[in-house]
Amino acid sequence: MRSPVRLERRLEQPRWLNWSIPVISLVTALVLGAIVLWITGKNPLEVYDRILERGFLGKRPIQGTLITATPFAFTGLCAAVAFRMGVINIGGEGQFYVGAIGAAWVGIAMTGQPVGVAVVGMVVMGMLFGAAYGSIVGVLKARFNTNEIITSLMLNYIAGILLNYLIFNSRSYWRDPRSMGFPSGKPITERNEWTDYVVGGVKIPLGFLIAVIAAGAIWVLYKRTRFGFEVGVIADSPRAARYAGIRTRSTIVLVMALSGALAGLGGASDVGDFRHILDAKGLQLGGFGYTGIVVAALARFNPFSTLLVAFLLGGLTNAGYALQGPDFPSGLVGTLQGLILFTAVAGEILVRYRIRANRRRTQAVAS
Amino acid sequence: MNTNLLVVIAASAVFYGTPLFFAALGGVITERSGVLNLGVEGTMLIGAVTGAWASQHVGGSAWFTVLISILMGMAAGALTSLLHAFLCITLRTNQTVAGLAITIAAGGVGLSSYFANIWEVAANPVNRPIRKLDVFGLADAPVLGPIVFNQTILTYVSWVMVAVASWYLFRTKIGLQLRAVGESPQTADAMGINVVKYRYLHTVLGGSLAGLGGVFYSLAIVPLWVDGMTKGAGWIAIALVIFGFWRPGLTLVGAYLFGALQSLGTALKARNVNISGDVLDALPFVMTIVVLVLISSRFAHRRLGAPASLGVPYEREER
Repeated sequence: MRSPVRLERRLEQPRWLNWSIPVISLVTALVLGAIVLWITGKNPLEVYDRILERGFLGKRPIQGTLITATPFAFTGLCAAVAFRMGVINIGGEGQFYVGAIGAAWVGIAMTGQPVGVAVVGMVVMGMLFGAAYGSIVGVLKARFNTNEIITSLMLNYIAGILLNYLIFNSRSYWRDPRSMGFPSGKPITERNEWTDYVVGGVKIPLGFLIAVIAAGAIWVLYKRTRFGFEVGVIADSPRAARYAGIRTRSTIVLVMALSGALAGLGGASDVGDFRHILDAKGLQLGGFGYTGIVVAALARFNPFSTLLVAFLLGGLTNAGYALQGPDFPSGLVGTLQGLILFTAVAGEILVRYRIRANRRRTQAVAS
Repeated sequence: MNTNLLVVIAASAVFYGTPLFFAALGGVITERSGVLNLGVEGTMLIGAVTGAWASQHVGGSAWFTVLISILMGMAAGALTSLLHAFLCITLRTNQTVAGLAITIAAGGVGLSSYFANIWEVAANPVNRPIRKLDVFGLADAPVLGPIVFNQTILTYVSWVMVAVASWYLFRTKIGLQLRAVGESPQTADAMGINVVKYRYLHTVLGGSLAGLGGVFYSLAIVPLWVDGMTKGAGWIAIALVIFGFWRPGLTLVGAYLFGALQSLGTALKARNVNISGDVLDALPFVMTIVVLVLISSRFAHRRLGAPASLGVPYEREER
C-alpha cells in the first residue's frame, strides 16, 4: 500500500516561501484553534472577533498591544540570534529576569544624574546582566559540549528563584522597605522612568523603539559583517567552520552573550518603561521568554519579521488580558500561541519539500 | 527510629522520585528509537489535568476510580506525544522545536490550564487521591518500613517496570531492533524493520509514561490541580535520561537522587533547620546543570550509549 502523496526535496528554496509559509502557518493555527474552541463549546468566530477588536482595532488597543509586544520583540530577537547559529537558547526567560534586576538596580541607585544618563545606564546594565547570564550557557556549551537546551532552561528556574529571594524572602536592595504586608519591589527614581513617544496619537514606548534599532543592528551584524558570516558557517557545519579556522568556541560564547543581552534589554525596558519596580511575580507570570521562541520561529529567525510577529502575538496577548473572564478562560492565549508554533514548525516541511501526488508507476523499466 | 532525618529523606526521595522516573523511563524508550521529545513537561501536565478530571468525575469504588484516572492520564499523554510523533516522524520537522512547541502549547499557561479552567478541575480537590499503602502491615517497621513498605501502588509498579523495561530493551528481539532503529535507521530499514512504525510506537509509549508521571503529581503529591504544577520536573526527567545513560536501572537511581533533592526542603523545614528555602528550591536545578556538565563530554556520550541517530529525522529517499 502506498500513500497518495509523496515528499520531494526542493533543490532550491524560492524567496516567496519566506512570507507565504508563515501566513499559511498562522491561518492553519487559527483554524486548529477554532476547532479546539468549537469542541470545548465556544463560538470561534465570536472569540476571534473579540480578539481582533481588543487587540488591533483603534488607538487604545494598538497602544496596549505595543506594550505587550515590546518584551516579545526582545525575547524574540534573543531566540532568533542564537537559533541562527543552531544554538537553541530557551533561557530568554531567565536572561530577561536578570536584565530586569540589573536595570532596576541602576534605576533605584541613580538619583541626581540627567535623565539620558540614567536611561543609558539602565540599558547598559540590563544588557550586561543578561549577557553574563547568557554566556554561562555559552561557556558550558563551548567548553564541555553541554546541552544548551537543558542548561538554559534550568537557569530560567534558578533566575525565578533568585527573583523570589530578592523580593519576597530577604531584605534586599530591590525590596521596598515600606511594603510590610505584601512585599514588593522598590520603585525606581521617578525621573528615571522611560518616556513614551507619541506618533499619530499612539504612544510608543521607548523600549519598542530600542527593539527596532536592535533589530536593524542585528540585521547588519548578520548580513554585512565577517562575524555574521562565520555564525552562518557554524550553523551550516560546525566541522567545516573549525577547518576554515573559525574560532567556533568563542563565537558560541559571544552569540550566547549577545542573545542574553537582548533578553536583558527587554528586562530593562520592563522596569524602565512599564512597571518601574522589580516585579518578581509579574515577570514570572509573563512567560516572555517562551513566547519569544514562538515569535522567532514564526518569523523564521529574521530580525524584522520578529518585530512584526511580536506585534501580532502582542495583540493576541493584549486581547487575552482584556477579555479574561468566565467566557475567555486563561490558558486560551497560551494554547493559541502553542498552535501557532506547531504550525510554524510543521510549515518548515514546505520549505524543504514539495508535496507531489503519487501516480501509479508504469512498468517501463521492466524490459 | 523512623523519624530519623535520613530515613525521612530516603522515604520521600522514593516518593518524589517516582514521577521523575516514569517520565525519564518514557524518555529512555523514546530516545532509544532515535526520537528526542522535549515535550515531556507539557505531556506530564496534560496527563496530570486529565487524571485530576477523571478522579473528580468517574464514579465507582476507590480502586476503580484511581485505575481509570491513571489510564486516562496515560492515554492523554499518549495522544500528546502522538502529535509530537506526527511532527517529527511524518513531517520530519526539527525535533527540538517540535518538542518545545508541545511544552509551550500544553504547558503551565497553555492547554493544560485551559482544560483545567473549562472542566473546572482547579475549583475542586480530587476525590480519590492515590494513597500510600501499608504493605504487609510493615509501614512502621524500623528504617525499611517507611522507605519500602509505605509507598503508593505506582512506586511498586515502577519497580516492576525497571525490570520489564531492561528486559525489553536488552533481552528481546524487539528491543534489539528498537536500538538498531535508534542507532542507524538506514541499516534497520535495510534489515526490513519498519522504522516509522517503531518510532511512532515508542514515542507514544514514552508519552503515556510521561502522562503517568503527571498523574502522580495531581493525584499523589499535591493532590490537587494547580496550573504548571510539575514545576520543571519534565525537564529534569529529560536530563535524567542522559544521567541514566539511556538505561532504565540507572535512571531509577538518578530519579531517587533528584527526588531526595526535592524533598530536602520540606524535610529540613520540618526540623527547623536554619537554611534558606530558596537555596534548597534551586538545588535540583543547579545539580542538573552540574551533572550534565560532568557527563556531557563527547567521549562520555559515545561510550555511554546515546543512540547515534538521536534527533535525526529519517528520510528513506536520501539513503
